[in-house]
Amino acid sequence: MSHDHDPRAIRTEALERLLVDQGLITSAAIDTIIERYETDVGPLNGARVVAKAWTDSEYRTRLLNDGTAAIAELAIGGAQGEKMVVVENTPDVHNVVVCTLCSCYPWPVLGLPPAWYKDPAYRSRIVREPRKVLGEFGLTLDDNIEIRVWDSSAEIRYLVLPERPESVIDDDEEALAELVTRDSMIGVARIDA
Amino acid sequence: MTPLSDTTLLPADGPTAPPRANGELVFDAPWQTRIFGATVALCEAGRFEWPEFQQRLINAISAHEAAIDAETPGEGSDYDYWGCWLDAFRSLADAHGWAGAETLHDMEHELEARPVGHDH
Repeated sequence: MSHDHDPRAIRTEALERLLVDQGLITSAAIDTIIERYETDVGPLNGARVVAKAWTDSEYRTRLLNDGTAAIAELAIGGAQGEKMVVVENTPDVHNVVVCTLCSCYPWPVLGLPPAWYKDPAYRSRIVREPRKVLGEFGLTLDDNIEIRVWDSSAEIRYLVLPERPESVIDDDEEALAELVTRDSMIGVARIDA
Repeated sequence: MTPLSDTTLLPADGPTAPPRANGELVFDAPWQTRIFGATVALCEAGRFEWPEFQQRLINAISAHEAAIDAETPGEGSDYDYWGCWLDAFRSLADAHGWAGAETLHDMEHELEARPVGHDH
């Protein structure tokens, strides 16, 4: 089916036309938003935060105490990042993030959520059987590791601070940031180096 | 990283396919990109507060999931996330008087009546 004939495409175009005609928004403003989320905002921002926390223990403390403020120190912020909470993985605790009701996600540090994050299967099962679901992602955790599932609420957006791979000794922040994957910051993966 | 693959969690391809790498496209069609951009632009223009849209999205998703469950229990493959987003946006526009049902219908009709290849 051509998207021209998709009723959802027609509806979208009709809504945009009506809003623009009333002077509520401009098509150029929509273009700007799309460009921002397609090119500027993405998991690299979160990776910078994680790499800094790995190399600067005072920053790490600030990040865990007040995620929003510490992330803003790196000039990262904006819609869906107004109230950030950072949860730290340790040898004993693994954190994973979900939005059970819809698709809340920390856009400024991770960009827009992947399809599976919005899927009903992930949203319901990660709460019910987190160990099993993480196993399906290829992440097998020992039984003695506690799994904490964080459900994004109306205001709070969570970011997981993954464990730094022990094998990486050099404190080059840029090189460290390249190791940090989006999935590790959602909590469905760990970082192996 | 370990990509999500060969799992029973989600289908390997199609609209709910798991990511293979960081930064994959999150939109499957231009209209999805557009309705996302319109929603955020309208919010940034101060026309509504995000929690209002969020609640409408939760309602749309909940209704959609109930409908899917009734039709195909245990199957999530027909899941239409951006369709839910569009429904939520339509209800927002209706509630604020920006696009009532009749106005929207008329505009859709006008757009559908365009000759083929209108914008090519």
